[in-house]
Amino acid sequence: MKKITIALLILCLTPLSVSAGESGMPLDRAPVDITDNASLKRGAESFVNYCLTCHGASYMRYNRHRDIGFTNEEILNKLVFTGQKVGDLMQSAMRKKEGEEWFGVVPPDLSVIARARGADWLYTYLRAFYRDDATHTGWNNLVFDRVAMPHVLYQLQGEQKLIVKTSDKGEQKSLTLAKPGQLSATDYDKFVGDLVNYLVYLGEPHANARKKLGIEVMIFLLGMLVLSYALKKEYWKDIH
Amino acid sequence: MSNLFNSMIAWIDKRFPLTSNWKAHLSEYYAPKNFNFWYFFGSLALLVLVNQLLTGIFLTMNYKPDASQAFASVEYIMRDVDYGWLIRYMHSTGASMFFVVVYLHMFRGMMYGSYRKPRELLWLIGMVIFFVLMSLAFTGYILPWGQMSYWGAQVIVSMFGAIPSIGEILQQWLLGDFTLSDAALNRFFAYHVVTLPLVLLVLVFVHILALHETGSNNPDGIEIKENKNPATGIPVDGIPFHPYYTVKDIVGVVVFLIVFCGIIFFAPEMGGYFLEYNNFIPANTLQTPDHIAPVWYFTPYYSMLRAVTVNFLGVDAKLWGVILMAGSVVIFCFLPWLDRSPVKSIRYKGPYFKVALTLFVISFFVLGWLGTKSPTPLYTLLAQIFTVIYFAFFILMPWYSKIDKTKPEPKRLKE
Repeated sequence: MKKITIALLILCLTPLSVSAGESGMPLDRAPVDITDNASLKRGAESFVNYCLTCHGASYMRYNRHRDIGFTNEEILNKLVFTGQKVGDLMQSAMRKKEGEEWFGVVPPDLSVIARARGADWLYTYLRAFYRDDATHTGWNNLVFDRVAMPHVLYQLQGEQKLIVKTSDKGEQKSLTLAKPGQLSATDYDKFVGDLVNYLVYLGEPHANARKKLGIEVMIFLLGMLVLSYALKKEYWKDIH
Repeated sequence: MSNLFNSMIAWIDKRFPLTSNWKAHLSEYYAPKNFNFWYFFGSLALLVLVNQLLTGIFLTMNYKPDASQAFASVEYIMRDVDYGWLIRYMHSTGASMFFVVVYLHMFRGMMYGSYRKPRELLWLIGMVIFFVLMSLAFTGYILPWGQMSYWGAQVIVSMFGAIPSIGEILQQWLLGDFTLSDAALNRFFAYHVVTLPLVLLVLVFVHILALHETGSNNPDGIEIKENKNPATGIPVDGIPFHPYYTVKDIVGVVVFLIVFCGIIFFAPEMGGYFLEYNNFIPANTLQTPDHIAPVWYFTPYYSMLRAVTVNFLGVDAKLWGVILMAGSVVIFCFLPWLDRSPVKSIRYKGPYFKVALTLFVISFFVLGWLGTKSPTPLYTLLAQIFTVIYFAFFILMPWYSKIDKTKPEPKRLKE
């Protein structure tokens, strides 16, 4: 009985297996390390340059970036392009109505996108755009079919082409670089890696502080465990 | 010093029954001396209740029950409120842990027959607490106004719409609108922070009063009050709750906190079980998610809701689903009268009961797991099979508990 219960308890603690993208494509593993401030800073700069034009990160304040090693001056010079103040929320430069007119949908806010989609999905998605004349932006994506977003980073990555191989296992889709961009394939992966790392940080800016406090709390509780167990032993001596 | 203290207590005792209550409920409340692991979860449920009340108050200070601001206000708490992330994770983890603790508490009752005479009313009050807890969880889950908040609530609200003739009117009355909207968010907020916590507090108080009237059951399922010391009138196998069980429960509390804080600080999403990934997308009334799954503690019932796929006896499949789902929870209330075994505890019950309880636990977990998945024909078939097993545990109990080969109960508690 006891063994069954323990087995069931363990079973209920196993996390949900993280599913692949809705397309069923296998996802590449994103190089996430939110303690790597250099990577987060590079990611933050890419984010404000390439993403913030259309997407907002409107739950995040610019001055929170002091946590990853920026000074207020650096934040104003390197991150704020919209004339906002350092304590303001990171609003998109584009109006919602324009987004709807241009893309058919309002580009989603990216503050917690990494928590909704997962880092691996984002990392794969940003590297899986290919040319497709059938869509109205001229771009399509392997993990997000007919996505409304065009390939914003194509100057860096270049243009990819879809290759479909049909075998007995069914259709197999893969991408190949048709026109190289400004960055080599490895540099582009590194660029996207930093950007996704930043998105993970953006999703929960307190994650590092949370883990640090957690270790202190655990040490305290383990001490409490020893003391409370000794107290219980002392009181229960006369019962057994 | 101690004289001053004593005279102060005496002053109070003349005006308020302090010492007599302290004795009746703590220092001279005699509990069986053989409580095991399973007896921690009652006091732990009380701890989680206090956690939910306290963290809830601080969340309310910064949360905005407005469909256009709710999602942003939660992220405001997570980012801009000092230690807001900690308060919010304590509350969200507390919600799930409340169910973990209460499910284990209920399972303890099922193993040791704590629902049997004379504790039927205690069990029923506990069941009402469970219904209120489910309502609290449901109304609370709507508040962040994410995709799962919205569409999960949509599923639950549409269940009321399945009730014949009055369904549609009832649904509109609940929502205060024709669809799930700002009006519903406001009233669910009111239920979540005022109505239901008040009801819950009163019920918990009544639950403890009823417990202290009958006295606690124990793993042997025998009444310690039937064997009292003739000189003192104290049960021979009883020990005062305070200090013995207070110091023991402190150990339980610390172990629980290690698990609880482990989740809060190192895995607050708990792999998508405690905070669903899709709920980090703001509610979009025009876009139904591909896959709607409730939080883990509702998934067994959700599976049963989806398990009925055909209309029969002239009743719609959806209504059957709702009836089954409601029945799967309400049926616990009948346990005191379904169990016909001459003994209370699983220690003295026969193989039939042990097999039945094991199958029941397995079906509860399998149904729970199925509830997190998109339905496929195989999964639906599995859900149907395990729904039958789930209900068979209760419906066949009068029969198998009566013919089971039980062992004789001891006169005194075993060590």
